[in-house]
Amino acid sequence: MFALSSQPLDTETLHRRLRSEQDGAVVVFEGVIRNRHGDRAVAALEYESVEALAAETFAALETEAIRRFGLSQVLAVHRTGRVAAGEPAVWVGVASPHRDAAFSGCRFVIDELKHRLPIWKKEIYADGANRWVNEPEKRQDTGGGCG
Amino acid sequence: MKVTLHYVAYLRETAGCAEETRTTAATTLAALYDEAAADHGFCWPRTTMAVAVNERVVPWTSPVRDGDEVLFLPPAAGG
Repeated sequence: MFALSSQPLDTETLHRRLRSEQDGAVVVFEGVIRNRHGDRAVAALEYESVEALAAETFAALETEAIRRFGLSQVLAVHRTGRVAAGEPAVWVGVASPHRDAAFSGCRFVIDELKHRLPIWKKEIYADGANRWVNEPEKRQDTGGGCG
Repeated sequence: MKVTLHYVAYLRETAGCAEETRTTAATTLAALYDEAAADHGFCWPRTTMAVAVNERVVPWTSPVRDGDEVLFLPPAAGG
């Protein structure tokens, strides 16, 4: 299950949802905004996504993770909007009978979520400047006003 | 044909709008991107992006159809 949230994440409630009598292992990953990127002080990140496509993309990822690792549950929530340094931007939790699958499955889900989901982020620096992360290099040809 | 283009992230900032309806003679999504890029000054190569039509990711060679809702997808940067 996946959701986007424009509000701070209720990580306690999310964590409780994963516990059951059938599963001996619950593994949670929290992606927290760091206050530095290289030598620059980071104040926050701003996230943007497209909900329907993100949910659909995650559903395929969840199915794959469950099948591949034998997970019982996969839960992920990603923030949208401004997230301050020190706050979680993404939360991924999995449950499975045993811990091997839970550790590997959780790692797989967060790695693939970052790679596949239509989510974009802008770093907001302490000096007020900002930069879109993973923005492709622009063409330098003179036609069409580039370069 | 009339299509609605949706812009996100730096495409939205450069275009100055999150959405626009446009009449186009472009026959493929690739040509549609080139058209929007020329109009708005998008300097990112189309090959760095993906494209979704009516909330489905499709190849750039796909035809443009009247009424399509098109979203150009920059490289993922979540987490």
